Amino acid sequence: MKDKIAVQVDDLTVAYNYKPVLWDVDLKIPEGVLMAVVGPNGAGKSTLIKSVLGIVKPLAGSVKVFGKPYEKQRRHVAYVPQKGSVDWDFPTTALDVVTMGTYGRLGWMRRPGAKQKKEALEALEKVGMLPFKNRQISQLSGGQQQRIFLARALVQNASVYLMDEPFQGVDATTEKAIIRILKDLRRTGKTVIVVHHDLQTVPEYFDWVTFLNVKKIATGPVKEIFNDDHLTQTYGINYKVSIQP
Amino acid sequence: MSQPQIEIQLIAMLVAVACAIPGTFLVLRKMAMISDAISHSILPGIVIGFFITQDLSSPLLIVLAAATGVLTVVMVEFIQKTGLVKEDTAIGLVFPALFSIGVIMIARHANDVHLDVDAVLLGELAFAPFDRFMVGGTDLGPKALWVIGSILLITLILLFSFFKELKVSTFDSQLAATLGFSPALMHYGLMTTASVTTVGAFDAVGAILVVALMIAPAATAYLLTEDLKKMLGIAVGVGLLSAIGGYWLANYLDASIAGAITSVLGLFFFAAFLFAPHRGWISVWRKRRRQRIEVSMLTFLLHLHNHKEESERHIDHLQDHINWQRVRAKSVLRLARNNNMIVIENKIISLTGKGEQFTDEAIQHITSDKTTALESMKDEFFLFRG
Repeated sequence: MKDKIAVQVDDLTVAYNYKPVLWDVDLKIPEGVLMAVVGPNGAGKSTLIKSVLGIVKPLAGSVKVFGKPYEKQRRHVAYVPQKGSVDWDFPTTALDVVTMGTYGRLGWMRRPGAKQKKEALEALEKVGMLPFKNRQISQLSGGQQQRIFLARALVQNASVYLMDEPFQGVDATTEKAIIRILKDLRRTGKTVIVVHHDLQTVPEYFDWVTFLNVKKIATGPVKEIFNDDHLTQTYGINYKVSIQP
Repeated sequence: MSQPQIEIQLIAMLVAVACAIPGTFLVLRKMAMISDAISHSILPGIVIGFFITQDLSSPLLIVLAAATGVLTVVMVEFIQKTGLVKEDTAIGLVFPALFSIGVIMIARHANDVHLDVDAVLLGELAFAPFDRFMVGGTDLGPKALWVIGSILLITLILLFSFFKELKVSTFDSQLAATLGFSPALMHYGLMTTASVTTVGAFDAVGAILVVALMIAPAATAYLLTEDLKKMLGIAVGVGLLSAIGGYWLANYLDASIAGAITSVLGLFFFAAFLFAPHRGWISVWRKRRRQRIEVSMLTFLLHLHNHKEESERHIDHLQDHINWQRVRAKSVLRLARNNNMIVIENKIISLTGKGEQFTDEAIQHITSDKTTALESMKDEFFLFRG
């Protein structure tokens, strides 16, 4: 399954105010991997994901999803943004937020109906949030909000999932629940790309990893490339991982 | 009621509804101040339109004014994007500039006609029925009614067609972008609607009060509900009630109708601010007080849990050692007793079985930092809340 390329990034350079955040990054992400993107703060991890989605416009380079530009492949890509990127006081319920995941397939002007509601309820069930479906979103804990975002991406039924720090500020139970769902996604052949901070859990959670620090340091299977050398190159300090993959 | 009275109320109601709809989205997008900017900076658009057509109710005025409104938004965003000043400063720079251009144009060239700064700022609803819409000698009603009626109709069609798109781009613009609903398109669509509505409403209520009609109903509704559709409904309702209530208040006081409508809006907001069930000031204050007493009780139970010696459990000890005032000590004791957490014998306080169990669980939740678990535990144990 790993011969098909899900996401291909060529010569990608992104600059904010003339300072490169990503510099000439090449990446080939095979279909069906569960990949962590690791690197220090300001390494351009979120920017990488946002350029794949076309939210950030690159200075140079291109991104292809299954061989075509992202704009043509929107339906096949789902995005889980950082929890802090929205206003959780917005007057809406958990179920409604998850239903938003169906809007892309509906297209302009068509309204969600019984089918979309059923899909949203199924996704809520998967992330264990069904009992909270009518809860106003500000009444949810941080971990529950993250699960709602995950459910919203699941509803999109995409082939590629991009997630920006889904484990940020969630409790251990939610982290376990999320990783279980991500592994399920990989099992069904989906490609999952996760911006990740906790280096300790990389070998346990992921099978593919990309080291990034403005430039790409390395990318490949965790078993082969997750080592002190690459960590030191990425984080700029003499790095020793206590657990070996 | 005479016919002009009915017509004035009808116009006021249509204006209120037409303003409440874009206003709701402006409030949710934290762009309330933009409506203030738009309402002022449309002035040069209106003046130029008037110079060209010599007619205050020409559709060209609406088009030009709406264009100036959108231009305001573009200029604010342009200045803001330079990163040299923040958004509120950018707004404060742009709209007075455009507004003053309008004021100078009126002073220089339009002094002799019915276009004065007072009318622009305050509007005059009472005169609206005099300006009739005549087609081939037939009187079709006041012009203002037709203008604002058409704007409202378009707003409603847009709202019903693009409700889902508006909602998702307001809540999460990045998601909207990845789903293929351009947030920029929705943003400028909303800004155009807000500009057009402002122009349509300014004739009736003036440039300043139109801001109140956009923001106050939405802000009131925001405090009262946690559902976007209901928020729109309540905002519309508050707008309608204020329009009618304001009209009759003005009638009674013999004062400006627009001013009275705005005052009623203010009263609605103030009432919601005080009495809203969850977010209102009183509700929040009571919740805080309750939590303070409950946390005090928990502290006290913990103290009993830690000290088995009688000297530490004497009823006077609460004031001496724990240093609580009489009222607080009393309400803490009462809460603990009502919930069967403690028994008092000969002025010595002891934990009951239930009290022990509650304290044990509470310690566990607090040390494992599960605040939500603590709250649901209280629901389980408490017969009475503080």
